[in-house]
This record gives sequence, C-alpha cells and structure tokens, in this order.
Amino acid sequence: MQAFLKTGKISATEKAGPSGLKTTKKKPPAPWVEKYRPKTINDIVDQGEVVQVLRECLSGSDLPHLLFYGPPGTGKTSAILAAARQLFGDISRDRVLELNASDERGIQVIRDKVKAFAQLTVSSTKPDGKSCPSYKLVILDEADSMTNAAQAALRRTMERETRTTRFCLICNYVSRIIPPITSRCSKFRFKPLAKENVIKRLREVCDCEGVDVGNGEILHQAVDTCDGDLRRALTALQCCQRLLGKITAEGLIEVTGIVPDKLVNEFLAIKNYSELEVFVEKFLMDAYSASQLLEQLSSTVVSSGHLTNKQKCEISEKLAICSHRLLEGGAEVMQLTDLGCTIIMANSNP
Amino acid sequence: MSLWVDKHRPKDLLKLDYHKDQAIRLKSLVQQSDFPHLLVYGPSGAGKKTRIMCLLRELYGSGAERLRQETMHFTTPSNKKIEIMTVSSNYHIEVNPTDVGIYDRVVIMDLVKNVAQTHQIDSSGQREFKVVILNEVDDLTKDAQHALRRTMEKYVATCRLILLANSISRVIPAIRSRCLTIRVPAPTEDEICSVLHTVCKKEGLSLPPELATRIAKISDRNLRRALLMCEACKVQQYPFKPDQKVPEPDWQLFIKETASMILSEQSPKKLSEVRQKLYELIIHGVPPDMIFAGLLKELVRNCDMAMKCQVASHAAMFEHRMRLGNKAIFHLEAFVAKFMAIYKKFVEESLGDAF
Ligand SMILES: Nc1ncnc2c1ncn2[C@@H]1O[C@H](COP(=O)(O)OP(=O)(O)OP(=O)(O)O)[C@@H](O)[C@H]1O
Ligand SMILES: [Mg+2]
Repeated sequence: MQAFLKTGKISATEKAGPSGLKTTKKKPPAPWVEKYRPKTINDIVDQGEVVQVLRECLSGSDLPHLLFYGPPGTGKTSAILAAARQLFGDISRDRVLELNASDERGIQVIRDKVKAFAQLTVSSTKPDGKSCPSYKLVILDEADSMTNAAQAALRRTMERETRTTRFCLICNYVSRIIPPITSRCSKFRFKPLAKENVIKRLREVCDCEGVDVGNGEILHQAVDTCDGDLRRALTALQCCQRLLGKITAEGLIEVTGIVPDKLVNEFLAIKNYSELEVFVEKFLMDAYSASQLLEQLSSTVVSSGHLTNKQKCEISEKLAICSHRLLEGGAEVMQLTDLGCTIIMANSNP
Repeated sequence: MSLWVDKHRPKDLLKLDYHKDQAIRLKSLVQQSDFPHLLVYGPSGAGKKTRIMCLLRELYGSGAERLRQETMHFTTPSNKKIEIMTVSSNYHIEVNPTDVGIYDRVVIMDLVKNVAQTHQIDSSGQREFKVVILNEVDDLTKDAQHALRRTMEKYVATCRLILLANSISRVIPAIRSRCLTIRVPAPTEDEICSVLHTVCKKEGLSLPPELATRIAKISDRNLRRALLMCEACKVQQYPFKPDQKVPEPDWQLFIKETASMILSEQSPKKLSEVRQKLYELIIHGVPPDMIFAGLLKELVRNCDMAMKCQVASHAAMFEHRMRLGNKAIFHLEAFVAKFMAIYKKFVEESLGDAF
C-alpha cells in the first residue's frame, strides 16, 4: 500500500517514448489510471458531499464510520486512500489496514486480524512530534464479496472498538451489506461522474500526456460510451492512443467493446427467423457481447420513434428477462434467439 | 510428429494470417512502456492464444517460448489441498483457474500475489513486470472475479494480467473497466481458406480450392477445427479430390439424428430413447449448451413463426435453468418433452384444419 500510495500524481509529462530494450527507468511506468489516481482529496472529481466530509476530518473533526457505494470507477477507493494518506502521512503503514476481496476475509480473519489491529492503542502524535488523529483506519474494500457471517462478526468489532478505530466499507451494491452495519455508518453514494467534470479531467490528463484531442468533440464521445466511469474512460483513451496513435471515434468504440449502432438497429429490424439465425451467429462469431447489446438495445427501444407503446412494452419485458438470464450464465445464443423472436413477433403486429 | 495446428502456429505478431491491423496495433502497444492489463475475447478457435503468445514473444523475446509445465499446490482456508497445472516461462505463467471449480479464488489470489511480489530476478530483463495469463475468465466464480479487482490495481507495477474469455457478457463490469478489451472475431470463411492453402503449401501438398471452401464452410469459422479436418482429409486420402468426403464432427450428425427422432414421433417411449442419445452426447463431453443450440436449430426448421417463437423461448428458459442446476440431462429432457407437447398439438390442430 505504501508503494502504491507513492504513485499517481499529475506529474510532469513523463512521455513514454519507445522503450528500447535496455532503458532503465526510475519509476515503472504505470497505466494512466494509476498514474493519475487522485493524490489528495482535492483531486477527486465530483462527489462533493464526501469530499466535504473528508476535508472536515482533515482539519480535525472526528471521522465517522464510512460506507461508500456506487458503480465502478467513480473514485471510491481513490477517495479513501487519498484521505488516509493525508491523515496519517508516513505512518499510514501502522495506522491503516486495507483488506480487499483478494484477501482472506472470512469470520476468522475478522475475529483475529481485524480485532487485533483494532485493539492496538495509538497516540495522537507522530514519532516526529507532529499531531495526527488518535485513531486507526480499517478499509474494507470491495465489501460486496464478504459473507454475511463475516459481516456479522465485523459488526461486534465495530461496536466495541469505536474509540480507537474507524471503519470504511466500500462496495458497488449497498444491498449486499447487512443492515446492522449500514446503520452504523455514514453512507455516501458515489454517483456516476457528471459529464462536464469528466471531460475536464480527461482534458487535463490528455494535456499532460501530450495527446491531441482537437476541439474536444472526441472527449464527449469518450464520456458517452463510459457512463460516468472515469476509469473506463481513461483506459479507453490510453488504449486508443497506444493502439492507433491517435484518438478516433471508431477506435473508442472498438476498445470499449461497444456494439456499433448499426448492429443494434439491424437487430431491431429483423423480420424473420432465418435472418435472425444468421444475425445471431455472425454477431457472436464477431465476438460482440450479448449483454452489451441488450444494454444498448434497451435505451434504443425506449427512445425509439417508430415503435408503438405496445411493441416497446413487449420487447422491453423480454429484454429484462433475457438480461437477467445472461447475468446468471445463460448461453448468449439462446437468449438472443429468444429476444429476437419476440422482436419479430412484435414487429409483425404493431 | 506434431499436428498441423501446432506445427504451423505463427510465432510472430506480424506473421499472423488475419486481423493484421490488430496485430500491428498490438505490436505498437508493446513498444510503449505503459502496457495495460488485457482482456482478450472471442469465440473458440479464433486464435486468441496464438495472438497472445506472439505478444509475449514481442515483449520478452524468444525466452517466453521456453515453456515448462508444473503442478502447483495451494491450500484453501478450510485446509483443503488443491493442485493445479500451470504452464510457465521465466516471464509469464498461465493457469486455468476454472480447473479447481469453486476454489478458483484461492488460486488466483495466491498466484497473482506470489508473482507480483517476487521481483524479476533477472535484472537485465527487458520489462519490470511479469505476465499472468488466466484462461476462461468468463467461467470464473463471481468471488474470484471480485478478488481480481483490487489486485489488478495494487500490483500493476510488477504484474500484468492477460485475461482470456469467450465472451465478456459474464465478466463483471468492474473488471472490464480495468482492462483494455481486445475483441478477436472468428476468422471468416475466406480467411480460413487462405490459411488452409498456406499450410498445405508449407506441407508441400496441393489443395483443390473447392475442398478448401467446403472445409471452411463446415468448420463454423473455427480455425482449429478447420485445420484438424484438413489434416484428417489428408490422412484419409491423398492426393486430395475436390469432392472428397470431409469428416464432419460426429457429434453434430448425432444431434441432427436426435432431432429427427424427436420430430418423427412424440411419445413417452420416444422420449426415453431420446434420453439415451442425450446421455451419450453428454458422456462424450459435448457441452450441454451446444446440445441445446444444436437441437433448437434443427427442431424449429419446419415450424411456423409463432411456434418458433414459443420453442425458442422455452429453449432459452431451460438452458438458463440448466446453468443454475447441476444435472444437464434433466433440463435437456424437459425441453425435449416440452417441444414434443407443443409440436404434437400443432400437428393435430393443422390436421384438424385440413379436414
Ligand atoms: N472522482 C474521481 N476523481 C478523480 N479520478 C477518478 C475519480 N473516479 C475515478 N477516477 C479515476 O479512476 C481510477 C479508478 O478509481 P477508483 O479505484 O477510485 O474506482 P472505484 O470507485 O474504487 O471502482 P471499483 O468499484 O471498481 O473498485 C482512479 O485511478 C482515477 O484515475
Ligand atoms: Mg475500488
């Protein structure tokens, strides 16, 4: 975690030239998402409420237990890591315990490791005499994947050690956390980032990397394809830049795995079964993703001008069913065929 | 003597036979130092693995081709011992975490951490990072996929992941947002033809274009299958004849037969015969979802649209249930029974209309 915290600042343009076989670099070059991970809470884009609370804690007020939830790439992990870093500086190794889904987090670990860590008493001064908060921080990232039993064990520890320890839980879906825990935490929802802010951030990064984005039209598109997921937008831009040498609309579609609109419309306009068979086979052979298609289809159907309400209703209903089945592992070819049949039927009697 | 599929596998990104643009882009990606995690997806036999091995060679030179197989041992939190086969070179390690079923998380966690924490021993090595290749990530448990998330960020300085999947529908969004996704479409029939010709030329054989086209057609755009079939043809008969019989995968024929059994008679007696057939397919390792797809395709041929719609919707439902349960045969059989019922009713009604 220490090593990790050191990286990630909008630093001077470390332009990644073609690395010859033997170039030695001081800092291993990291993908943009890590390189530009917010270093202080002021770098966090959007999420005003959380930033406000964290800022108050930095200036001395008490930190509540925290629960961050929201979709991927909206800054949850970044926010708490930046705050921890600013709170504890170089003693964060002793004061912060970070456990994520890749660590063992069964009941036993919560009972032993977390409890032992929580019970340590800490002073309110650093070794060098400066003052710092007199508590420790336990970060449980990706808490969606903790079992209920482990969460129940956690609940007791949280209660007992509030004096010396603060907990921060992070997850994508708040419904996965048991109510006794959510009620002990201040909850913060990380919203998908607002479009203008994402664009601003992307522009900063592009400037630092020396990437030409023209009038910024292309950034708009990058944002549209990524639904407020800044990490995805950054990765997409970097990949596009690295793969094509420039950022283009088609490039973005390709690296984000979006299904081209043409195919979405084609699917909606299918008229008979044999057309459907051909389409589905080709679609899957070309390795497009069925779940992505469904996602795009859903917004196309809802806003479509030439479908009647009845048609929209029929298609959307099946869409929901198929999307659920896909998520649970149903075969793509089956679900697409099923949905396709519904579309054919709906098209033939408006 | 190795099979053609292995013998003539391209070793260099620029020597790949199709999706050449992509290969060139990958090459330029490798030359940059801020190489991201990759998620490579495409249908089976599309050449994902070949592409990745070329990429590794581009990254590390020919050292990445000196492979060794090892069995690694892991212990689960509940003290169960598990072992898994790995293939590795000095620079990378490859595993199939799904081999250990629900314990895949343990393997991923330990493996990635180990690799990431041991620094490159060879300090003159060209890269600061090692590569971990995970196969079939779309079949990983959700737990295992979650375990990858923070790991991917935390160890990015010393370890890059290359994830391989048939489709990204079942990969959680949090992982997709951390990777460069690379789509590898299956080669087209023409592309397959041209590969067949190149390979035959290398073998010093002359391949009639008609035969190549036919092989490409029945290979389902699966290059591996096409090459295997071509080699089988050669064993059967050489010099090739344009109209020579191409050995089709027999399970496909078998499914066709099963379908026509179902169409010939709809009765409990037939159902139990069909059941035997289905069992046989499963025992021979044909994936149940392919049986479903094959049956659906054959069965709906003579139905009208309303009935096709009905059958497809039942197929989709039973296939989904099969994923949730663990006895494929129940769900296959349920689907067949349902189909028989629908079909019988349909036939009786249309007969009734006729009189
Ligand atoms: N609000 C934000 N401000 C600035 N950068 C952000 C923000 N959100 C995301 N990023 C960028 O995206 C990257 C990933 O963000 P982060 O790890 O915080 O996501 P997360 O919310 O924890 O996602 P997940 O749910 O997948 O764990 C960061 O490195 C940073 O570059
Ligand atoms: Mg996170």
